[in-house]
Amino acid sequence: MNAVVEEHHDHDHKPTGIGRWLFSTNHKDIGSMYLWFAFTMFFIGGALALLIRAELFQPGMQIVEPEFFNQLTTLHGLIMVFGVIMPAFVGLANWQLPMMIGAPDMALPRMNNWSFWLLPGAFGMLLASLVMSIMGLGSAPNFGWTFYAPLSTTYGPDSTDYFIFSVHLMGISSVMGAINVIATIMNLRAPGMTYMKMPIFVWTWFITAYLLIAVMPVLAGVVTMMLTDRNFGTSFFDAAGGGDPVMFQHVFWFFGHPEVYIMILPAFGIVSSIVPTFSRKPLFGYSSMVYATASIAFLSFIVWAHHMFTVGMPVAGELFFMYSTMLIAIPTGVKVFNWISTMWRGALTFETPMLFAIAFIFLFTMGGFTGLMLCIAPADFQYHDTYFVVAHFHYVLVTGAAFSIMAAVYFWLPKWTGNMYDEKLGKLHFWLTTISANVLFFPMHFVGLAGMPRRIPDYALQFAEFNQIASVGAFVFGFSQLIFLYVVIKCVRGGEKATDKVWEGAQGLEFDLPSPAPFHSYTTPPEVK
Amino acid sequence: MSVQADNQTTDNPKIIGKLLIVVVAMFGFGFALVPLYDVFCDITGLNGKTGDKVSFETAPIVDESRLIKVTFLASLNESMPWEFKPQQSFIEVHPGEPTTISYIARNISNKSIVGNAVPSVSPGLAAAYFQKTECFCFTQQELKAGEEKIMPVTFIVDSELSDDINEIALSYTFFTSKQNNEDLADNTLTAKSINTFK
Repeated sequence: MNAVVEEHHDHDHKPTGIGRWLFSTNHKDIGSMYLWFAFTMFFIGGALALLIRAELFQPGMQIVEPEFFNQLTTLHGLIMVFGVIMPAFVGLANWQLPMMIGAPDMALPRMNNWSFWLLPGAFGMLLASLVMSIMGLGSAPNFGWTFYAPLSTTYGPDSTDYFIFSVHLMGISSVMGAINVIATIMNLRAPGMTYMKMPIFVWTWFITAYLLIAVMPVLAGVVTMMLTDRNFGTSFFDAAGGGDPVMFQHVFWFFGHPEVYIMILPAFGIVSSIVPTFSRKPLFGYSSMVYATASIAFLSFIVWAHHMFTVGMPVAGELFFMYSTMLIAIPTGVKVFNWISTMWRGALTFETPMLFAIAFIFLFTMGGFTGLMLCIAPADFQYHDTYFVVAHFHYVLVTGAAFSIMAAVYFWLPKWTGNMYDEKLGKLHFWLTTISANVLFFPMHFVGLAGMPRRIPDYALQFAEFNQIASVGAFVFGFSQLIFLYVVIKCVRGGEKATDKVWEGAQGLEFDLPSPAPFHSYTTPPEVK
Repeated sequence: MSVQADNQTTDNPKIIGKLLIVVVAMFGFGFALVPLYDVFCDITGLNGKTGDKVSFETAPIVDESRLIKVTFLASLNESMPWEFKPQQSFIEVHPGEPTTISYIARNISNKSIVGNAVPSVSPGLAAAYFQKTECFCFTQQELKAGEEKIMPVTFIVDSELSDDINEIALSYTFFTSKQNNEDLADNTLTAKSINTFK
């Protein structure tokens, strides 16, 4: 620890070249690396999605073999969940938390470096399996991102072991990141900043970090069981040896459902920062936001079996998981109404971050409503494993989580770079993205209700029109993100200088710092009243 | 940094230590879920799990006013080179009445194979009321190449069974035992396996 403290006395010391990034212990550099990593993965995962949509443009087999299609859906899901949304949120946490709580850096800077640099290894391994598959050296993981046993154990391709180690590495990375976040928030808050004075983004990340610490080890456990089932003769999920494949689903979703909230709670924090800024009002119902976040986190542990209503649960179990799932709508509703109340009678302006935040509120709520439809156990037997589910989780993850990340990037980019982004291009990006996302995902509701199964490369003729509409939306959506990339690069390279406050209605300690923010955020802690 | 330290409630190593304990505990909890689910299913009879208990109860009063139709199903795991079927497809019994029926299994491969039968009762709510006093699923079954064996099951349907249930299906799936790769004489493994195979 002392060594780290000593280094930090030299405030202008900045290693140069590749070493600056490889050995970085600076929260801003590491945050940037996380964000660029997520951005890269976003394009890779997106390219896989476009291949999927190209294949589904018409019924029948066009472009890829069914076996490869399965690998596409699997890798798309894994990359988007573990390689895009989660690292992007960690990147935002790295950039913002120290600035928001008035600290010079994260509490554990060297661990921070390690938790980032595990990720390229993890995804290198995962993507290597895809490259090998393309080269004809055996299949990449092909069992869906949920890797249900026995698809991933008895029938898993050889590359499953790469996948397992890759998940282990991602898990270690996430857990270290979470420990760092908790230590930072507990120890480095500026004098006077009590817990209930922390910005909402800090609160949501605080709770998310606890969720990560609670469930990433369970994920590590389940892949370890897979590993020993596959290679060391155990029978956790093999009925022949006294195991139970249904148990895989229980253990997986015990991780998987809190994971869903890991991917949305920081989004709530982002939207709760942006909406007040552009409404020029303080956030409505701050403490209810904190309690709502905490109750969502708690409820996330007791709803997991709603992912598996059709495995043959008794009625009592289905009722329990149905009602507990419905309960989540209450704290989530509190949040949505708080955002609307914040905007109510505010002096609203519609810069790009605000546009994304409003689109988030509207579209995420739609995804929430389809979630309510899905949680009704008897109805779920019709919806289960159809495109309706695909529509639901893309509404909450793309127009929810991913939109919040885009909003956050537009919102804080001037603070990070010292330059304003191109507002015109930003708005163009917003409108293209929002419209195409709906063209892409909305028709999936209809084909899903009509019975089109997910993860299938071919489909019945009557689904053709809606699938064509969705595929057109997908390509517009995908290529619109190149505008985003261009806007970000342009802003990093230069542009109109941003003021320290950046936005007229900006609140929070990060906007008291100069733009661009200094290498070490708050070297002397500010006084919070 | 030193100014920050004044505001620290706990020092970093302590926080890391505590959180790491949580991480290790949750990793263990993932594994603990395995026996927990088993215990939960045994207590509640969920998942149709019935097979682990040998019932020694003397038969309670036979309820002659009710007739329960018990259907017998047989299936084989794909890697199992046996033929396996019940001798009769169903039987009608009074609750409380001990009944014996038989399955026939034949090894159609050219080597000796040990199999485990995994039973399941449907509907799941009936599982707790379906008692087997004798069953080939309690032990491993070894069939030599071409050998055929009649495998009896004796069961009692508990008269406490809910009035809503008039039909019960009893299904067995035969799996190749993992022991085929092991030394069959290894008694500790056999004992352990019988405990685990339900």
